Amino acid sequence: MKGTNLGEFEELVLLTIAALVNDAYSVAICDELEKVSGRSAKLGVVHAVLNRLEEKGLVKSKLGEATSMRGGKRKRYYAITAAGKAALIRAKDVRDQLWSMIPGLSLKCI
Amino acid sequence: MKQPTSPPRWAQRLLGWYCKPELLEDLQGDLQEYFERNIRSKGVVRARLIYIVDVFKFFRFYTIRKPQFIDLLIQWIMIRSYVKTSSRNIVRNKLFSAINIIGLSVSMSVALLVIAFVSDLVSYDDFHANKERIYRLNTLYESIGEQKPITLASTSVKAGRKIQDGFANVDELVWMRNGFGGDAHVGDNVIPTGGLWASEKFFSIFTFPLLQGNPATALKEPYSVVLTETSATKLFGTTDVLGKNVKFDTINYVVTGVMKDVPKLSHLRFELLVSFSTAEILVAKTDPNFNEWHSVWSNYVYMLLPEKVDMQTFQTNLNALNAEENKKDNHAKFTISLQSLRDVSLGAHLSNEIGPKVTPLVVWIMIGMAGVIVLSACFNYTNLSVARSLKRSREVGVRKLMGAVKGQVMGQFITESIIISLLALAFSFLLFLFLRKQFLSLASFLDNLVSLELTTSLGVYFLTMALAVGFLAGLLPALFFSRINVLQAIKNLATFKVFRHVTFRKALIVVQYTLSLIFITTTVIGYRQYRSMLSFDLGFKTENIVNMKLRGNSAIAVTKVMSELPEVVDISKSLMVTSLGSMHGTQVKYKNSDDSAMVYLNKVDDHYLNIHEHKLVAGKNFTLKPKPGEESEVIVNEQVLKRFDIAPQNPEAALGEQLIVDKKKLTIVGVLKDFHYGTVEHEISPVILQYTEDEPGGYINVKVASKDLPATLAAMETAWKKIDKVHPMEASFYDDQIEQAYSQFSVMVKVIGFVAFLAICIASMGMFGMVVFTTETRLREISIRKVLGASERTLVYLLSKGFALLLLLAACIALPLTYIFFDQVVLRQFAYHASMGVVDIFLGACLIGALALIMIGSQTIRTARSNPADVLKSE
Repeated sequence: MKGTNLGEFEELVLLTIAALVNDAYSVAICDELEKVSGRSAKLGVVHAVLNRLEEKGLVKSKLGEATSMRGGKRKRYYAITAAGKAALIRAKDVRDQLWSMIPGLSLKCI
Repeated sequence: MKQPTSPPRWAQRLLGWYCKPELLEDLQGDLQEYFERNIRSKGVVRARLIYIVDVFKFFRFYTIRKPQFIDLLIQWIMIRSYVKTSSRNIVRNKLFSAINIIGLSVSMSVALLVIAFVSDLVSYDDFHANKERIYRLNTLYESIGEQKPITLASTSVKAGRKIQDGFANVDELVWMRNGFGGDAHVGDNVIPTGGLWASEKFFSIFTFPLLQGNPATALKEPYSVVLTETSATKLFGTTDVLGKNVKFDTINYVVTGVMKDVPKLSHLRFELLVSFSTAEILVAKTDPNFNEWHSVWSNYVYMLLPEKVDMQTFQTNLNALNAEENKKDNHAKFTISLQSLRDVSLGAHLSNEIGPKVTPLVVWIMIGMAGVIVLSACFNYTNLSVARSLKRSREVGVRKLMGAVKGQVMGQFITESIIISLLALAFSFLLFLFLRKQFLSLASFLDNLVSLELTTSLGVYFLTMALAVGFLAGLLPALFFSRINVLQAIKNLATFKVFRHVTFRKALIVVQYTLSLIFITTTVIGYRQYRSMLSFDLGFKTENIVNMKLRGNSAIAVTKVMSELPEVVDISKSLMVTSLGSMHGTQVKYKNSDDSAMVYLNKVDDHYLNIHEHKLVAGKNFTLKPKPGEESEVIVNEQVLKRFDIAPQNPEAALGEQLIVDKKKLTIVGVLKDFHYGTVEHEISPVILQYTEDEPGGYINVKVASKDLPATLAAMETAWKKIDKVHPMEASFYDDQIEQAYSQFSVMVKVIGFVAFLAICIASMGMFGMVVFTTETRLREISIRKVLGASERTLVYLLSKGFALLLLLAACIALPLTYIFFDQVVLRQFAYHASMGVVDIFLGACLIGALALIMIGSQTIRTARSNPADVLKSE
């Protein structure tokens, strides 16, 4: 099934949501991604990924309180679900496993 | 001024329109946040731009709102309600509806005519199955050091052969030649007919189905002829004629095929086809240049190219061929090029065209005029609807209170205008049927060009146009009414701004009247110019001269019969009739054998100068009356002396000088005062007259002295019958022929005049409507003014001042524009023309002004005279 695998960017977004804990809404996610990865994260792309992650059931979202910021529009906060957590851990496991297979010497040579 | 610091409203609205409601709020917030950030870092303008771009970027599959079934259902139910209320409204406001329906139907009938005309032009030659792949060779003729280069639709036989033999990617190629014609003899039956010479591949390129005969071989052998159904019936009385003989001159042709008649919308037109191999035998005998590269005047080459042809390679090959062939000729260059069949009947102007041709400019002008009229009628609708806003805003207010949203109010108003435009379509269709007949009978070339027949696709175009017109006319009122503030409309109508958008409405009226004025002034100036062309001093007299085509008969015999008529004063002979636009040219040299020039030519006899009252500046008429081929005299005009620099100041000195015409030495015996050999659009050029006694392809010019001209023509016809029983007489008065020669201008004047008439009618109706509504709305104000002592005169002045000012403004725009247009563009095309008078320019304006003043005056006087007591009491 296509939906079970995480794309590279999806994984980054998912990690960012987890890292931001209670403040994970689209613009903040973009900013954080930009800060950490150093590459520009376009709102359009992030928004599409968030939508896809929600469809896959990896994140859930709810609207926050209305404030006078943002023209009075409410923010949509994202939180990671159990399935999302599992997917992240699985991705990490795969990487760890592959890392552990690289002998320390040869990596230094590269 | 403070810059707006919010994102563009329309972009926000667009986002709200397409976005799913559950995603909308967050997305709006995000964009807003970025927008605010961008204002700080990049400035307001760029921030707004980025916002717009982002709104479009978010138009994605997952954000778009899906249409819901229930919405569609409500739309459907509402349409029925719209139709019902709209028709009630139309019936209730009879004046309003009448003005709009009449205006729209009149204007739309013109639009229908133009649509039918253009759709006919566009579908020219559509019956050829391979239309898209058929190309024609055109030739650009540049003569070194002379004239402007001209592009010909014709080309040389040699070019066709070179391409057929040397080019790889040509499927089929046919060459044709025009000018086959004569009397067809079948038994005792003699019928004049004509057509084209065409080579054997003709039927594999063009789709002309053969009823009988083999399309592959029908045009192969010399002396084969393919008849159309009609010409076969005319010649033989039947279409079953395969293998029968037809005689032209002394030669027998065998019928090798019978084809269906040529469809009307075909640029190739002929009654019969003769195999090209015949032309190779017959024409080559008399014309040694038949197969030369420069023999480009009567041959046409068409070819069928493969579906995926590399035009670039083809063009490179053509260029190489052109370069090679043009090396040989130092005096002239003939460059051939390809033209798609699509551009043949609707494309740039070419000389030597084989069939009818309309330039896109004409089509655009027609579309433009129809567009202007339709637009004018739309303005009326818009104007009157908005003017009635006072009456209808309460209705809209109630609708909105009941829960109608903007879209539904708009829907209702658009439905109303569409119903009106559909009603107008019905009337305009009837008008169209009538106009079509008038239009086709306007000039024979129009009748020849198009059929304007009704087809299904035409019906679809008509309906589409009506819907578009309805939408266009209703759009502005719909927008206007949908924005009405509910509370204001319901609670307090008095504060409602009735005269809002007044500037806009005034602008529309000014535009209407400007256009009307331009049209009518154009008509007046055009008509005066046309009249002056007809009565132009050509340098010779044309009164009471009948020009009669000899149609192959001996001039001497015809002259003998005609001179027996008592009304006939004198008869001369000529090769052609001057001043009608047709021309004969020949190469002339003087002393210096390198300097040869194209000079126009007419061959005449010794009576010609007297009959036409040509003035001789020096010398005398022809005296020798030589036999054909022994001519030694020539009469020239002053331009010839100028061109060859033969004693230009002293014509007497030019007498006795010799010109070399067609390799013959001719002595100048007379010098004519310059006259118009061509039409008055062209400068007077060098012309020579040569002597002829008998020119069977030419004319005789009969000077008559008679009160009853038609009777004289009838007498001539009887006399003609004695000599030629086969051909009907072709004769007309010189003055009529001149009128005919300028008939294109008379057609133009008539068409523009008609358009002007319609434009004025529509503008006047609109103005009338506006005056009625304005005076009605101001009735109370007028009454109060009256009670307070205002006189009728001041009231009329008060009411009509505004409208009169609008008219004046329109005149100030239209008249200088028209004047400049004629002065700088149109009249530049004519080498000789009358100057524009003050009367020409102001006549139309005065007419329109008078009309408008009567209209405004009658309404305002009526209002001003109304009894104030009645008006004020009823409130």
